[in-house]
Amino acid sequence: MTTLVDIRNLTIAFPNRLQDNRVVHGIDLTIHEGETVALVGESGSGKSVTARTLIGLSGAVVGASRFEIAGDDVLGFRERDWRRLRGTKIGFVLQDALVSLDPLRRVSQQLADAFGHPGYFVRRDVREDSRALLRSVGIPDPERRLLQYPHQLSGGLRQRALIATAIARQPSLLIADEPTTALDATVQKQILDLLAERKQAGHTLLLISHDLAVVARLADRVLVMKHGQIVEEGPTKQILSKPAHPYTRQLLDAVPSAASRGFRLSPATDQAALPTEAVERRLPLPPKRIDAAQTVLSASGLMKRYGGGAAVVNNVSFDLAAGEALGIVGESGSGKTTVAKIVLGLVEPDSGTVLVDGQPWSHRSEAERQSRRASMQLIAQDALSSFDPRYTVEKIVGESLDTVGVFGSERRRRVIQVLDGVRLGASFLDRYPRELSGGQRQRVAIGRAFAPRPKLLIADEPVSALDVSVQAQVLDLLAELQAASGTALLFISHDLGVIHHLTDRVLVMKDGRVVETGAVETVFAAPKHSYTRALLDAVPALP
Amino acid sequence: MESRQTSALSPAPALVASRPFKLRRNGLPVQIASRIGSGLLVLWAAVTLSFVSVHLAPGDIVSLLIGEQLRTPEIEAAIRAEWGLDEPVLWQYLRYLTRILHGDFGRSYLLQTDVSQLVLSQIVPTLKLTAAALFVAILFAVTSAVLTAGRRIPRSIAGALELTLVSTPSFWLGILLLYLFSFTLKLFPVSGDRSFSALVLPALALGLPLGAVVGQVLRQGLERALEEPFALTVRSWGTSGLVLRLRHGLRHAALPAVTLTGWLVGSLLSGAVITESVFGRPGLGRVTVEAVLGHDMPVVLAVAILSAFTYVMLSTLVDILYLLLDPRLRDEGREAAR
Amino acid sequence: MSALPTSQAGETLCRRPLLHALPAQPGLVLAVLFIAVVAVATIWPGLIAGADPIAADPLQAQLPPSWQYWFGTDHLGRDVFSRVVHGARYSNLIGVSAVAFAATIGSVLGLLAGLARGLVDEIITRFLDVVSAFPDLLLALVLISFTGPGTTNLIFALGVAFVPRFARVVRAQTFVIARSGYVEQARTFGLSRTVLVMRHVLPHAVAQVPILATIGLGTAIIGAAGLSFLGMGPQPPAPEWGSMLAEGRNYLRVAWWIGVWPGLAITLTVIAISVVGRRWQAAFEGRRSA
Repeated sequence: MTTLVDIRNLTIAFPNRLQDNRVVHGIDLTIHEGETVALVGESGSGKSVTARTLIGLSGAVVGASRFEIAGDDVLGFRERDWRRLRGTKIGFVLQDALVSLDPLRRVSQQLADAFGHPGYFVRRDVREDSRALLRSVGIPDPERRLLQYPHQLSGGLRQRALIATAIARQPSLLIADEPTTALDATVQKQILDLLAERKQAGHTLLLISHDLAVVARLADRVLVMKHGQIVEEGPTKQILSKPAHPYTRQLLDAVPSAASRGFRLSPATDQAALPTEAVERRLPLPPKRIDAAQTVLSASGLMKRYGGGAAVVNNVSFDLAAGEALGIVGESGSGKTTVAKIVLGLVEPDSGTVLVDGQPWSHRSEAERQSRRASMQLIAQDALSSFDPRYTVEKIVGESLDTVGVFGSERRRRVIQVLDGVRLGASFLDRYPRELSGGQRQRVAIGRAFAPRPKLLIADEPVSALDVSVQAQVLDLLAELQAASGTALLFISHDLGVIHHLTDRVLVMKDGRVVETGAVETVFAAPKHSYTRALLDAVPALP
Repeated sequence: MESRQTSALSPAPALVASRPFKLRRNGLPVQIASRIGSGLLVLWAAVTLSFVSVHLAPGDIVSLLIGEQLRTPEIEAAIRAEWGLDEPVLWQYLRYLTRILHGDFGRSYLLQTDVSQLVLSQIVPTLKLTAAALFVAILFAVTSAVLTAGRRIPRSIAGALELTLVSTPSFWLGILLLYLFSFTLKLFPVSGDRSFSALVLPALALGLPLGAVVGQVLRQGLERALEEPFALTVRSWGTSGLVLRLRHGLRHAALPAVTLTGWLVGSLLSGAVITESVFGRPGLGRVTVEAVLGHDMPVVLAVAILSAFTYVMLSTLVDILYLLLDPRLRDEGREAAR
Repeated sequence: MSALPTSQAGETLCRRPLLHALPAQPGLVLAVLFIAVVAVATIWPGLIAGADPIAADPLQAQLPPSWQYWFGTDHLGRDVFSRVVHGARYSNLIGVSAVAFAATIGSVLGLLAGLARGLVDEIITRFLDVVSAFPDLLLALVLISFTGPGTTNLIFALGVAFVPRFARVVRAQTFVIARSGYVEQARTFGLSRTVLVMRHVLPHAVAQVPILATIGLGTAIIGAAGLSFLGMGPQPPAPEWGSMLAEGRNYLRVAWWIGVWPGLAITLTVIAISVVGRRWQAAFEGRRSA
């Protein structure tokens, strides 16, 4: 078994005049031929920059006591040497082919570039090779696809085309940096299958991912990175079932799933509460108070279409009781966000009605709605853009109290109380949104939503932009606050794990229609509709 | 699409492009037709505006059109007949429109000649100057952007040079060039338009400051393109940096730079007026300045309408080019073929 | 091993407020100092140059720069240094007034178009299209041919020509903000449209105007000088930089200094203004994107 990559004590830094800004602190990495190795970590762990270093494109200052690729010592490599290595020894795949392929060039031209025969006109033999290559990555009708631009391909085909460019010159090692992150679950599965096929065929793969479940499907060996260091390394099975390092354990626990229902995802803040020798690692969440008799929100027969297109929302109906959490799950373009906007009264449905607290809500004048809006709050996906950048946290949270009529010192008191509730505290009052981390922003957004004590909370993908451990904290916070306040929650997500973890009932949407609905446990355990089955099937799961 | 314009504070008045809001969910021919249509609309409005302003200007129309010329009954009668001043305003307007459609810009009573002929006879030297200046500008911009984008020290040197050039009035640059190359080194003629060498200094004076603006925008675009994920992908194929810049980057950088075209055309025409004056070149600019100072309204209006025509024609052309340059815009709204 | 550019160093600088960044940036300090000097020259030119800028002395004509006449004397024997210093008032005030005019009218039009949308928007946008179809200087020339040359007319002409660029930015900005996440969020709080516009749209829509005005000021000063160069501005013997250059052009063969100093004054002023404007802009955009 030959060693393809052999690195000892790798350090990577982005020095400037003031400091050396080291992002990777002395890691070792060995990849043997035929192996699939995964580098796992959250954002800022240094995994991506490590991957780029392997093809000499990190743009950083790199140091190592040994740095060999396919037997070559690359430490003394100049740009010209690296160029010989790229594409032939190592292929590289990034996430989201929409931006990772040149949007202004046809697929055929990009493949020709990748083959090393660039030019506006593609040679006949290169064309021949391109066709074979596209077929080998599972792209049907390659003749037609060659003439198209990346944006004209579907997400799955596009990602396949990107992989095709990376393997055009049959590199010994393929590096895939979050190759499926931007994709819908069903498409993600296809790409993972493709990579698995390559693995079966004996190709070597270095997988960079934040997603332990993706890694579990493919990798032989896992390296867990945190803050530029490798905290744990070992065979995939061992790492996932018997993690030795607390951080690995924390990462695994943070993944929301069926198993985590009713339990906290993040370690308790006060460590004292945690029995040191606990058999059950997870702590339970407070019980919910669902008042089935009191319907907070009732939507029936919602329809919406824009222009002359197909209906974005097609005959959607549901009820939501006080204290209950209803999940809407679907892939991109399923119409779930439009449902949220209709419920919020930001978009008027073409037909169908929304009742809030039994009173008509849709097709009312805005003036009529204004006074009732405090009972319904929104948590948006991108918290930062939901904050006025000129506002401090105090004003941001306080603004939701305008229509409740809380002003002056009373408002300040309430805002502090809210900030305490989301574990931020009064020291955050004068901060500006841009000074907050992603998790802190989402906490402020959650605090703001709960501040006017709403009966109904609408959360549109509130955690999908967050790292898994931050997501865990935010989900825990949301669950706690919801249980404590008895607020009804309409939770929209593409992530079945999150829905399964958090909600009581679920609506599965596809192309604007509800294909299946029911209690989460029932729907996910015994899906009736084929689409639900396909969705569940596509989700990579931890063993 | 908005994003292209939101940080609209580019160094140059790139802000003039209103393109983003015009994107429609249509195929290519329809989009091209709509661009041409709105160009024609603007032209019609410009002609109308010139008509309205003649009528709304203080004082009577005859004395406005006559310029600094002695007012005699014969001339007055000629003007009245030409503009149909004794007829209803709507009739006058239609008559004016028809005249301009036929390329007839009336008579200059100050110069005693036909305006269209005057303009035609002077247009060639101006075209020569603007074309040469455009060449200088683009050559400077592309060279400076491709060679310095993303490279710390060359970039700051080029940046400083461009800032200086942008801040230099073209007529002063012309004076400096004249002093240095014509009076001191005696390399180029001081004035006139008799040889190619007489074109060099004016083209530099007019082209360099414009090239500096385009260069800044081009470099910004190039740097943005080089930071896109696809640049990493392309380099991971073993493509060299220069090839990446020329084949992939420049095309992306051209997109924001193309929005400058309208501004560029306007600046070339405006700048030509002053540059011709500095270098004592014949051309439309000279004619314009003399017409403005002599209140020769028919000539001023003709030049204004002509430059609006040039502007609209070129920016419409570039709009269409833009559609061809970016395949994503062509398919706007049409769902990706699966 | 250097490859793709990294913008890390730049970003951290942008986040600092303008004033904090001063000591670290000698260029910015110089620019601010120079603007201060120009401002003094504009408001109180006598403080810098004592000599009368208009007093002619044929015996002292066309003297090269010396200890007595720092910038030399012109063809009429006037002190060029004093004329350059006193000229600041004309050139800068014309520029500032034209930009102020354009910024005010442009912001109002842009807000109107952005908020009203529909027909009002269509009309305003078309109007702007038509105005900007005439090249800046040429439009100003046409206006001057109606009104005649002179300082006020020049300000008006230049101001009108500059309106579209302000209106367009404000309109685009209004559109983007009206569709932003925080305006949508604020709508869910049940705030009225007026409150929404006053609180969240207006401040952001016009936030860029002062920056745009600063950057535009440089262009306006060059434009004003250009028009004066052509004889459309303040009439002789007023010491305007552009008209001084026009005179200097005629004496270039014998007295280079007449045609050099006023141009240098324009260029340095515009550079200084641009440096400050761009720094401000970078800080603004850094704050927004950070």
